[in-house]
Amino acid sequence: MTNSPVSALRAAGLTVVRGGREVLRGVGFDIPRGSVTGLLGPSGCGKTTLMRAVVGVQVVAGGTVEVLGEPAGHPSLRSRIGYATQNPAVYADLTVAECLRYFAAVLGAPATDVARVLADVDLTARADQLVGSLSGGQRGRANLAVALLGSPDLLVLDEPTVGLDPVLRDDLWRLFHRLAAAGTTLLVSSHVMDEAARCDRLLLMREGLVLADDTPDGLRAATGQDDLEQAFLHLVRTTEAAA
Amino acid sequence: MSAAITAATARRILTQLKHDPRTVVMLLLVPTLLMTLLRFVFNSEQLFSHTAPALLGVFPFVIMFLVASVTTLRERTTATLERLMTMPMGRFDLILGYAVAFGALAVAQVGIATTVSVLWLGLEVTGSVWTLLLIAVLDALLGMALGLLVSAFATSEFQAIQFMPLFVLPQFLLCGLLQPRENMGWLLNWLSDVMPLSYAVDALTQVTRSAEVDGTLVRNLVIVAACALLALVLGASTLRRRTP
Repeated sequence: MTNSPVSALRAAGLTVVRGGREVLRGVGFDIPRGSVTGLLGPSGCGKTTLMRAVVGVQVVAGGTVEVLGEPAGHPSLRSRIGYATQNPAVYADLTVAECLRYFAAVLGAPATDVARVLADVDLTARADQLVGSLSGGQRGRANLAVALLGSPDLLVLDEPTVGLDPVLRDDLWRLFHRLAAAGTTLLVSSHVMDEAARCDRLLLMREGLVLADDTPDGLRAATGQDDLEQAFLHLVRTTEAAA
Repeated sequence: MSAAITAATARRILTQLKHDPRTVVMLLLVPTLLMTLLRFVFNSEQLFSHTAPALLGVFPFVIMFLVASVTTLRERTTATLERLMTMPMGRFDLILGYAVAFGALAVAQVGIATTVSVLWLGLEVTGSVWTLLLIAVLDALLGMALGLLVSAFATSEFQAIQFMPLFVLPQFLLCGLLQPRENMGWLLNWLSDVMPLSYAVDALTQVTRSAEVDGTLVRNLVIVAACALLALVLGASTLRRRTP
């Protein structure tokens, strides 16, 4: 069964070499559809590279990644994945609405999508402002809005909540769960562990390896730790001791 | 390939420029200002008419090279290219979008410079003014296509800017404007033969001096157009979906 209906993302032995260094060292995971999966780990552990491999823009040295039943990078996936990079990939010299209209046209998404995603990220009031004049947090939300265009089946979001105030952060997490309830699969990276509890599933990464692919409760049970940060530390220490 | 995506891309690039009026004014008027300057440097309509046609091709070539290389480099370095490559955007959709947007600008730029040169600076065009415009626009597109291509080899805007003297000035020196090409040594003559700007300058000079559209003129036009197309195809091949 390669086309399991419940699997949104599946990887096995995924290896990526960048600049002569193994950034991903045989990573494997299996993520069900309609869930919010947190990709957590310290800066530089390979989260962004993993996400780039999933959306199909990363040259891969070995292993397989299967996305929505197709190999990653398959042309049919290009209108089904929403991807938001960590550094906002939006045109600074366009207004927010102009920028969204352009990406909507490229995706073939309906024109009404622009108003919807602006409301989703709470930027409706800034629609006619130049992206370059937005604050860092607003620009990040404009970047997220592009990923929401066309109602993709899979959302790959690299640190979408960095630099946001707690209220906005909460709003976004509610949005993520609303989307997941409607059947969207979300892969959301973060380097702060306090967001881990808000995820349905967790992928814990360290130095190019996935240490755990589990639910938060499963992780607590497996490590005997109530606090997810402590659970992560426990995993790191037992892995290092075993190595 | 999708006409809708190409059109959306061209519109997006022109909208970006609309928010940058200073760039638009410079794009439209700098070649005209330079032509005016040239006219008074020569201080003779006859001498001006001798050199001006070639420069009507060279100025847009240089300017479009710079603008295109910096714009695409920005697209590469700000990750918008990577985002577009995850979307149903074909490489040629993007390249053609650029070609349409900058092509439209080139028509306006060359149109203004030619009008001013003919009406007020005393440029005499024996052949068709439309052919002159066509060649100048092809030159601008050639510059744009080369700019797109070399931006793939630049990792910073400093490098992109320096490609201008490297790729453009030798063509300018060897195109026959400063010294007739047949008077150059065999090596320089050969180099001049393989540089597309030489054919553009030959064609421009011919259009100003004679009304006849002969085989040589058509051949020169085809060479310039083919070089622009080749550079666009090579430029498209530098846009990679997967990067290391």
